[in-house]
Amino acid sequence: MAKSAQRAQAAAEAIRVEPLLGRISGAAGVSLTPAKPAARVSLRANPVDAKTLSKALGLDLPLKPKTSSANAKGRLALWLGPDEWLLIDESGDPMADLKKVRALHSAVDVSHRNTAILVAGTGARATLEAGCPQDLRESAFPVGAASRTVMGKIEVVIYRSGESEYRVECWRSFSDYAFTFLSDAARDCLA
Amino acid sequence: MSGANRIKGKGRLTPAKTVRFTFDGKALSAIEGDTLASALIANGIHLTGRSFKYHRPRGILSAGPEEPNALMDVGRDAARRTPNVRATVQEVFDGLQANSQNRWPSLSFDVGGLNNLASPFFAAGFYYKTFMWPKAAWKRVYEPVIRAAAGLGVAPKEPDPDHYSNHNVHCDVLVIGGGATGLAGALAAAHAGADVVLCDEQPELGGAFHHETDAEVDGMPGWDWAQAATAELRGMDNVRVLTRTTAFGYQAQNHVGLVERVTEHLDRPDPALPRERLWQVRAGRVVIATGAIERHMVFANNDRPGIMLASAARTFLNHFGVAVGAKVGVYTACDSAWNAAFDLKRAGVSVPAIVDVRPDPDPALVAWAKELGIEVLAGHAVLDTSGSLRVRSMKVGKASGGSTRDIAIDALIMSAGWTPSVHMYSQSRGKVVWDEASERFLPGRNVQDCVSVGACNGDDELGEAIADAARAGHEAALATGRKAKSAWTAPEAETRTSWTGGMKGSAAGAGPDTTVKAFVDFQNDVTAKDIRLAVREGMHSIEHVKRFTTNGMATDQGKTSNIHGLAIAAEMLDKPIPQVGLTTFRSPYTPVTFGAIVNHSRGPLFDPARKTPVHDWEVAHGAVFEDVGQWKRAWYYPRAGEDMHDAVNRECRTVRAAAGMFDASTLGKIEVVGPDAAQFLNLMYTNGWDKLQPGRCKYGIMLREDGFIYDDGVVGRLAEDRFHVTTTTGGAPRVMHHMEDYLQTEFPDLKVWLTSTTEQWAVIAVQGPKAREIIAPLVEDIDLSNEAMPHMSVREGRICGVPTRLFRMSFTGEAGYEINVPADYGASIWEALWSRAEPLGACAYGTETMHVLRAEKGYIIVGQDTDGTVTPDDAGLNWAVAKKKPDFVGIRGMKRPDLVAPGRKQLVGLLTRDAKMVLEEGAQIVADPNQSVPMTMIGHVTSSYWSENCGRSIAMGLVADGRALKGKTLYVPMPDRTIEVEISDTVFIDKEGVRLNG
Repeated sequence: MAKSAQRAQAAAEAIRVEPLLGRISGAAGVSLTPAKPAARVSLRANPVDAKTLSKALGLDLPLKPKTSSANAKGRLALWLGPDEWLLIDESGDPMADLKKVRALHSAVDVSHRNTAILVAGTGARATLEAGCPQDLRESAFPVGAASRTVMGKIEVVIYRSGESEYRVECWRSFSDYAFTFLSDAARDCLA
Repeated sequence: MSGANRIKGKGRLTPAKTVRFTFDGKALSAIEGDTLASALIANGIHLTGRSFKYHRPRGILSAGPEEPNALMDVGRDAARRTPNVRATVQEVFDGLQANSQNRWPSLSFDVGGLNNLASPFFAAGFYYKTFMWPKAAWKRVYEPVIRAAAGLGVAPKEPDPDHYSNHNVHCDVLVIGGGATGLAGALAAAHAGADVVLCDEQPELGGAFHHETDAEVDGMPGWDWAQAATAELRGMDNVRVLTRTTAFGYQAQNHVGLVERVTEHLDRPDPALPRERLWQVRAGRVVIATGAIERHMVFANNDRPGIMLASAARTFLNHFGVAVGAKVGVYTACDSAWNAAFDLKRAGVSVPAIVDVRPDPDPALVAWAKELGIEVLAGHAVLDTSGSLRVRSMKVGKASGGSTRDIAIDALIMSAGWTPSVHMYSQSRGKVVWDEASERFLPGRNVQDCVSVGACNGDDELGEAIADAARAGHEAALATGRKAKSAWTAPEAETRTSWTGGMKGSAAGAGPDTTVKAFVDFQNDVTAKDIRLAVREGMHSIEHVKRFTTNGMATDQGKTSNIHGLAIAAEMLDKPIPQVGLTTFRSPYTPVTFGAIVNHSRGPLFDPARKTPVHDWEVAHGAVFEDVGQWKRAWYYPRAGEDMHDAVNRECRTVRAAAGMFDASTLGKIEVVGPDAAQFLNLMYTNGWDKLQPGRCKYGIMLREDGFIYDDGVVGRLAEDRFHVTTTTGGAPRVMHHMEDYLQTEFPDLKVWLTSTTEQWAVIAVQGPKAREIIAPLVEDIDLSNEAMPHMSVREGRICGVPTRLFRMSFTGEAGYEINVPADYGASIWEALWSRAEPLGACAYGTETMHVLRAEKGYIIVGQDTDGTVTPDDAGLNWAVAKKKPDFVGIRGMKRPDLVAPGRKQLVGLLTRDAKMVLEEGAQIVADPNQSVPMTMIGHVTSSYWSENCGRSIAMGLVADGRALKGKTLYVPMPDRTIEVEISDTVFIDKEGVRLNG
């Protein structure tokens, strides 16, 4: 076999296996679903350069704690710190968009570092509250709020995507714990 | 009929709803809503257990959570059994099995009761004094015997089949306690728009209205108002009412722990429900409305079954419809017991006499008693009681002395007044203050954002207390940012029960006599004379008295006993009570199960188990795993018939003969990006980074400020402003924090950012002479030739069509690669590589083989060959310390006199004289094996393996001035022999490093 043919064959073999592939769980009042694969970028920059970066990304980088922004194409930017954002995009390539930016920044591809669980339903908040000590009431955590926080014994980023819908981002190797924890918590989600 | 002592028409239970339960195997019936205590009394049973120390027969003292006596083993099956359940709190359900504790062979005849006769030998401090000699007997005789005899209850041996849940909730106002004032506070806060959580430990709200039936609120009976208020609160969206829920711990920043008993009262609980819920409430303001707890009278033999608190008897009557006896004596120093007596009398119970220690009680009460035909003995005392398993009579006389008479009774109710329940306030770190006027401890200044209302705050007048509580609730809502249009109007309220009066300490009859048993603490069997003895023996601080006597140290935390104990000690010391002080109130208020505290963190959720993307393949290929931190790492891959030793030997041989594949995904990785990246690394590592070209890698050492090795790893430069840093598996989080800490606090001017990429990349190490042959056909865009990509270089390209960061590096001493691919592709790429590697004779190898191979080359493992006291020079790594750099973390530490002095332990190789002998890691090394013990230990073994490739054992160790001892013989003394070792260098194979560059 020619080398190029071998390569082509090997290339066809490389498939993306998400850590929570095929898992599904929940209880009356709440469903737990692994999120679709996405491109993710850990973006670090001085917030004075946010405008330039926003233009390249096609959304307004949030500048206030616990906030986020999204654009029509489904790209999401979560504020994680005064100089830190997590970009999530299920269809586009934010790394590529940032390559053009001349303002000083650090963009690191973390697409595979994280995975996410979608928690939805009237019992979603109570499910999260089993492990997250943060104030998730409407007044403190409205739709669009995002925060890096803890859930049980791991670190997560929680993003409230809808009235009773949340996205829980965690590191890959913690996803089994996260999914199992949320499944256990869902049993008593008070919905 | 659910018990002979049930009084028709009394109480709030529905007689038609009967349930069956057993007590010590005997079938009994009860009414739905009964507590175990009310059901037993209804069936004429007062004897419920034996006391802890003297095994004295004991009955039910209270009707609430303060119960010290009636502790039982309660369950529904073998695995669902709970010891030490308070019968006054446990609700009866159909099929409940209750058993008395601390008795053998039976409750009515208990051999341990001999302790009671031998009690002169068991005075306070008995343990401290008696078991001192002979010393050897403590371990073999005294302690095992005491441990077997001590303790209450037996824990079930089966695993707990139930589940428990945790809820973190935030609210504006948390109200603890659902009595009159708690309800008023909650209503006022809720009407002002606040998010309110109201919790109460009882199944129904209403607090003291359980017993006080002569109170009126808003023109209706207090109980009815409380139920209406509850219904109103339940109907509000901004209120969460939690019943059967105890606030047990008041932590910092208004974080209060509550435990809700969800299924403990149900006969057939829905398995979907948790048995208990832990509520972790963070409140803007806490309204403490925990009420007060009645004290018992301290007099001789005040612990016989049938003797109980007056308010308890009143609760059993008015709430449960149960008479505690047919002939009930009353002994009191407080008005409220009179009302209990009146209720009993009116219900048809005989009340032969009210004995009040006060010479002139309220004339209105006296007149009322006369009207009901109850004899009043003012200025009198109960001097003693009789009856073995149930009280039979009380001996009554003037407190001042003189003649006595016995009055036949079958129950005796008592009250020494009410102790404000300051537990929650005190747990919040508030300091209680002695109120001279009312002679009691009350909440002082609030340390956290909280307020105490009602009886726990000393507010005795019902109407005023409700009005105050409503104000407090309203203010709490405003304080947490709510804007109320108008305040909720507190209802008018009044009650005919007065809580006036009371006494602390021992009453007449518990006098100076040293043989009388006048119990202060029922649960720990502490009597008034024990406390006097403690003071006489020199315990002058209440904390010492408490520990010497164990007063208040039982699971009831001295809810009924603390104030009495304190008063007796104060009297003995001839000091005012506040000068003697009060012991600390600690969490938990009442016992909390481990299940509730642990909640979700059981089984797989006890600790996260981190798995690499290749994990499933490793499992499928028979890997044995080891835990490295939270990671599951493939340890070795035994084939059929192989033990660990065989498997590791084969893997070690195969890697050097052909090649091996190793899952290195757990290595810590940090991406360092920015124009000042190299400068930052110059500061963090001992090495210099300026000259490292993009595309090349370098081994780096990181120190702490004190000059000792903190971590190590290979760092690749991807671009001028981008580095790929690797750390040890275990060191990943702390290295990230260490670097971030220095960046933010010491070098904030540097333009550089750190991102953890540990989990972004799966890392597949392919090592060995055939490594290049294995990977070459799969790699695109990278020239793998030795010239283009020498040892210690890194390239970005593609493998199997996906991006890779390909490192040429080695932790085995062989030529090899570490292939980084995005983690989700890790499994797929591993399979592709394996399908190349296996036909070429390569194997998969685990961490054990990795350890052996690196030791053959003398590569250190931080944390194994170093222990936090090893410098780069000690480890023989001086070559990795830049000589010209002006600064890096640890540069000053390294220059400390003791770090450059001679005699430091240095890392050396150790070759046993007997090549087959494998040293034990951690074994000590000596120069003279004939020295008498304790020998002078000059070093220890850090790494030791059988090296199949060397055909002998190899080891490394830290030895004082070890490098100068090369070729010398030292000794490793073991329990069964002394092993001779020769000091060598640390490289055991391929000393020239030819294979690396192959």
